[in-house]
Amino acid sequence: MLSNKSISKRELLLLVIAALIGIVVLPCLNAFVPPASFFHVSNFSINIYGKYLCYAVLAIGVNLLWGYTGLLSLGQALFFSLGGYALGMHLMLMIGKLGQYKSDLPDFMVFLEFIKRFPETGGLPPHWIPFRSFWFAAAMVVVVPAVVSFVFGWLAFRSRIKGVYFSILSQALTYAATLMFFRNDFTFGGNNGLTDFKFILGHEINSAATKRGLFIASAVLLLAVYVVCRWLTSTKFGLIQRAIRDSENRVLFSGYATANFKLFVFVLSGIICGLGGALFVPQVGIINPSEMAPDKSLEAVVWCAVGGRGNLLGPILGAVGCNALKSYATHSFAEQWPYILGGLFIFATLFMPKGLIGLPAQLMEIKRKFTRKNGDAAPQTAPADVAFESATKE
Amino acid sequence: MKPYIPKLIAKVMLALAVVSANAAETVKVGVLHSLSGTMAISETSLKDVLLFTFDEINKSGGIKAGGKNYMIEPVIVDPASNWPLFAEKAKQLLEVDNVSVVFGCWTSVSRKSVLPVFEKDNGLLFYPVQYEGEELSKNIFYTAEALNQQAIPAVDYMLAEGKKKFYLLGSDYVYPRTTNKVLKKYLKSKGIPDSDVVEIYTPFGHTDYQTIVAEIKKFAAAGKATVISTLNGDTNVPFFKEFANAGLTSENCPVVSFSISEDEFRGLPAKALVGHLGCWTYFMSIKSPENTKFVKDFQTWLKAPTVTGADYKISGIDGKGRVTCSPMNLSRMGVYLWKQAVEKADSFEVDKVRDALIGQKFKGPAGEVTMQENHHLVNNVFIGETLATGQFKIIKTFKDVAGEPFSEKFLPKQTAAN
Repeated sequence: MLSNKSISKRELLLLVIAALIGIVVLPCLNAFVPPASFFHVSNFSINIYGKYLCYAVLAIGVNLLWGYTGLLSLGQALFFSLGGYALGMHLMLMIGKLGQYKSDLPDFMVFLEFIKRFPETGGLPPHWIPFRSFWFAAAMVVVVPAVVSFVFGWLAFRSRIKGVYFSILSQALTYAATLMFFRNDFTFGGNNGLTDFKFILGHEINSAATKRGLFIASAVLLLAVYVVCRWLTSTKFGLIQRAIRDSENRVLFSGYATANFKLFVFVLSGIICGLGGALFVPQVGIINPSEMAPDKSLEAVVWCAVGGRGNLLGPILGAVGCNALKSYATHSFAEQWPYILGGLFIFATLFMPKGLIGLPAQLMEIKRKFTRKNGDAAPQTAPADVAFESATKE
Repeated sequence: MKPYIPKLIAKVMLALAVVSANAAETVKVGVLHSLSGTMAISETSLKDVLLFTFDEINKSGGIKAGGKNYMIEPVIVDPASNWPLFAEKAKQLLEVDNVSVVFGCWTSVSRKSVLPVFEKDNGLLFYPVQYEGEELSKNIFYTAEALNQQAIPAVDYMLAEGKKKFYLLGSDYVYPRTTNKVLKKYLKSKGIPDSDVVEIYTPFGHTDYQTIVAEIKKFAAAGKATVISTLNGDTNVPFFKEFANAGLTSENCPVVSFSISEDEFRGLPAKALVGHLGCWTYFMSIKSPENTKFVKDFQTWLKAPTVTGADYKISGIDGKGRVTCSPMNLSRMGVYLWKQAVEKADSFEVDKVRDALIGQKFKGPAGEVTMQENHHLVNNVFIGETLATGQFKIIKTFKDVAGEPFSEKFLPKQTAAN
């Protein structure tokens, strides 16, 4: 565990290389290398890579809860979407008169006749007004998920809801939110959600340069989130976090108020997810209630499982890998891809308890076991256990 | 091994056909329909009919442009009923595959999601499913029914039948909301007082219709009442069951549904809906030489689905109990209209094809259609009565109704102003 405390030189080097690739190399290959070149990164690619990075941020949020604190939340996509909605509301108001109705109001407010419901504000619901300011919207990206996760977490952890009951509750929460957002009367665009954005901070949202900027922003966010989580998990706090995961009662009887620790992690995870969602929305161009449907949260959990939970690189690897594979397969194997991805997920859960990140250790162990069997009969350990040990040692 | 020999020969012949076809020019055409997820049940049928149409066209020599014959090469992607993925896949089709045209989308939200992509990349999308209008993109051609090609004729029919009370029931999303908003204005202009029009929405997948049906029963007690339903998908089953349980029938309170076509009856029990009405620009039961050929050829094709001349392997098509329906017919006609426009423009360039599309006529299974300047069709509208077989008996035809996306243009002036 001691090695966890400080960042080793090797890790630092890797971090710097990853940051360089994400923040400098890929955008430059997109901007300055001619499209005909082999090294050119197309606008399409940079856009979907940006999307993957946002998903990776979501996966880190899930992992911080599941892998480090033992709280399997099946509702993190809710916070991701709330962050997305907060920024989306600002982007909706920036469309101006370029909508279908050439009105200052977003299109859906025109056709739902909000002017009758909110005549004193010219049809704009009062809670939308401050979202004209980008900075207010940016603040809400953090505040809204934080408040929602605080209230839910406070109620859940005070009542000592844990394990599978916590999972079910978190799923119910996100499902309830989905249904609420589906309602057109809820003033957030109903089923269609928020879409057809035109500008972000004065830049045309669909231009190659803006997409590149958003990609860089996503890479910076991912890096920042990684560093924060890396630091947090290496402190004493991180130690208690893992102790809660491994035996909450012992921590509780040692005098720690575990509920407060869990609440803090839950809120932090909510904020991380919200930030990811906020950058996701301008890149994909739409946010609507199906993004907070329970299956989206489950997907994020699957990325963590495939990548390897309980360490920070696994979820990033899982989120980027799974989504890249999905992008590829839905195009090249449009009719078979659910079987391919489904098969992979089942395989990963059954045979790769530590995910992709634990694979080298697992393979080494199998190899060692194999050679041992052929040589002398040395005492054997179950491979899964060893893989687990070697992975926790990091 | 013996039984395999005919198959082997067929395979060799197919391989030869593919090789010889590869010598011809091909044009890439995108298909953007969900093949998995909640919308797959509806959208897969459209993918099937598109492949069938490509096969039809390729068999008869492909598309002529620039003095060459082009074979259609489908590029099929699966946006998986996931709206952001729709945008990603649209971008992929336009920017990576460089397709000449895309046929796709079912839900309005998926169309809204891809619209900015098509406008940015100047692509061409054909949209085949009845929708709410209030949208006109220069990059989208709407072969779909506009409100005045479905909702308005249906209400006209009901008014002519002497109905005086209208219960507008829908799922809570943009299509029902807009439809009912327009219908309310329209009914008012026809002298139906607001007190005789009720507007109710239920969430997606709603199953408990007891209260609503009880309300309808009260509403219909005095007679001359009808329900205009824009309920979507599964939710129709509990609604119609409850409706029948309450003793309501197509005699004392007929229901007109805008979202139930022949294809939906593969998943819905038609018996519960017998006598209730549907309104579309096409029914499978239409008697015309074009329709007989379409239905027969499609069903034959389903037994051995291939796309002649294209290097595309088809898998997973279920040929059992397959029918045709309005969105399928509109998908197919979109392909033909595009083909004609390409041949007229003598080019696959979007700007030229777009200009050539205006005024394009096609004699389809339900009669001749014309593409108007507003990117919508002039089309015939039919009202059909549901039969226990899941088919519709046509009881009324409206000839050559010109599709109009913006309700203010087809609503009577004085009411549209408010």
